[in-house]
Amino acid sequence: MTRRERAAVATLILKRLLMAVPSLIGVVIVTFLLTRALPGDPAAYFAGPAASKEAVEEVRVKLGLDKSLPEQFVRYVRDLARGDLGTSLTTGQPVVSEIRTRLPASAELTLLGLIVSMGVAVPLGILAATRPGSLIDHACRVVATAGVSLPVFFTGLILVYVFYYLLGWAPAPLGRLDIFFSAPPPVTGFYLMDSLIAGNGELFLASLNQLVLPALTLGIFSLAPIARMTRASMLAVLSSDFVRTARASGLSPFTITVTYAFRNAMLPVVTTLGMVFSFLLGANVLVEKVFAWPGIGSFAVEALIASDFAPVQGFVLTMAVMYVALNLMIDVLYGLIDPRVRIDA
Amino acid sequence: MTALAGTVRHARYVIGENPVTGLAFALFVLIVFVALVGPYIVPIDPLASDTVEALKSPSLRHWFGTDQLGRDIFSRVVVATRLDFGIAVWSVVLVFVMGGLAGVAAGFFGGWIDRIVGRVADTIMAFPLFVLAMGIVAALGNTVTNIVIATAIVNFPLYARVARAEANVRREAGFVEAARLSGNGDVRILAFQILPNVFPILVVQMSLTMGYAILNAAGLSFIGLGVRPPDAEWGIMVAEGAAFMVSGEWWIAFFPGLALMVAVFCFNLLGDGLRDIVDPRRRT
Repeated sequence: MTRRERAAVATLILKRLLMAVPSLIGVVIVTFLLTRALPGDPAAYFAGPAASKEAVEEVRVKLGLDKSLPEQFVRYVRDLARGDLGTSLTTGQPVVSEIRTRLPASAELTLLGLIVSMGVAVPLGILAATRPGSLIDHACRVVATAGVSLPVFFTGLILVYVFYYLLGWAPAPLGRLDIFFSAPPPVTGFYLMDSLIAGNGELFLASLNQLVLPALTLGIFSLAPIARMTRASMLAVLSSDFVRTARASGLSPFTITVTYAFRNAMLPVVTTLGMVFSFLLGANVLVEKVFAWPGIGSFAVEALIASDFAPVQGFVLTMAVMYVALNLMIDVLYGLIDPRVRIDA
Repeated sequence: MTALAGTVRHARYVIGENPVTGLAFALFVLIVFVALVGPYIVPIDPLASDTVEALKSPSLRHWFGTDQLGRDIFSRVVVATRLDFGIAVWSVVLVFVMGGLAGVAAGFFGGWIDRIVGRVADTIMAFPLFVLAMGIVAALGNTVTNIVIATAIVNFPLYARVARAEANVRREAGFVEAARLSGNGDVRILAFQILPNVFPILVVQMSLTMGYAILNAAGLSFIGLGVRPPDAEWGIMVAEGAAFMVSGEWWIAFFPGLALMVAVFCFNLLGDGLRDIVDPRRRT
């Protein structure tokens, strides 16, 4: 990269950061409105279903719910800036610390799910595009339609039945580690990485064992959009002029597909990753429930059932902020791999 | 009339070309039929428990087996069709009205209406959709009506954007100019020139999002929102059967899950087929 290009990338990132600001403001307003401007008494929400009248009043004053709506909003934003998301009624812990301890479990699962689906969907899409009308093309279409039709919690349960109950290959769907193991010393929070850092191969395999089925479930669910997009964009690229030129120049089909077509075809696929993450983060909640995974999704579900509102609000906010950040990263990545975006910027 | 005849001919051609669409259409008719008359034709009362018959695998008497309370799963799956289909239809109709009107207005008038609709759509899109739906149901209250509302809200950006784009390209169209020159006001043009043109495209959008609406609603009830036991609904039935999956009683969760899958599959195929009929250019 030349110096001018580097400057262009920096401007691009800055511009994109500025564009994320309105989204973040919108997210904060919506999560605020979700509790305050709705029918019912928010103080009663936060105090929980079992609270007495005095307790509700106490909560009302403590949370500033006796003030005007704009004042409450300022207060809410100030608390957020300090990293205060309120306290969970069921565990008595601050929501932030609960989310922080549970986030790595969700992140590890989601990322592995994404790797699984990319690993299957991208080659499948490429093969389908290079052989249109063939068996693998039809297989790709079936997978793409079936993938979006399968309820993710149903896929998970079927996998549990087949691989745990019938075949006995997978461990019981009960969290991140078998009870006979203890968690590795936390460095990244990802058990796979932490066990490697600790040099404990047995622990690595044990946590991988627990991860396989939930990650596969998520992978199957998010396969469809990636496969469909890879196929479509690969088809478009393969019929473009530069590929015809490369063919005419006598390059081998492998070089053409992998070096020339693939790199260009990946650009639209990177863009669809935004939508894929929206699916993944939502599906994560359901998969965590099926596999008793101790992530933020199951935390939010438990809180929902107990009508404990602060964790739910914190969870929705955390997920939205992460999603905005992921979209930001996708756009920056796009700028890095596509030189045309750099020149335009 | 000739235009209608043309569409029918084209529809017949599309279905003939792609028998899968025909199959999906047949399935759709079946689902609608079951949703309408399901409760009157089931062999066994879906709420009647019979502890002697509890946890029985599929048999001639109980086609889909029985659950932990001895309730007949086949009857429950059939009866649940009405609730699941109803949630999906109502949420899609609701978002069709909200998103369609907002989008058409944004595309036709532009200006501040456009900016507000765009901002609202962007804000909704800033959330992972299922997570936002969870938050909305949690805040509005844990009822089936609120599941319908939440599902409609998370689909709003899709409808608003499609309607906006379609209205926007037609704003300066010849027939709109002609209508204006003959003295029609904005509202009249919107109602009689723009809306009839945008309508078919939004109907396709409806059938494309039906599948997602059912999945979303079933997902919410799977985590315990909205539908309360002992009501029969596919999502909650899968949730009830989940615990028995590890001990081998697969039928409790399997059949409602299968019904859900078939319904979503049918709606997705039907949506694709309908799109080919209404708007052949968008075929992928």
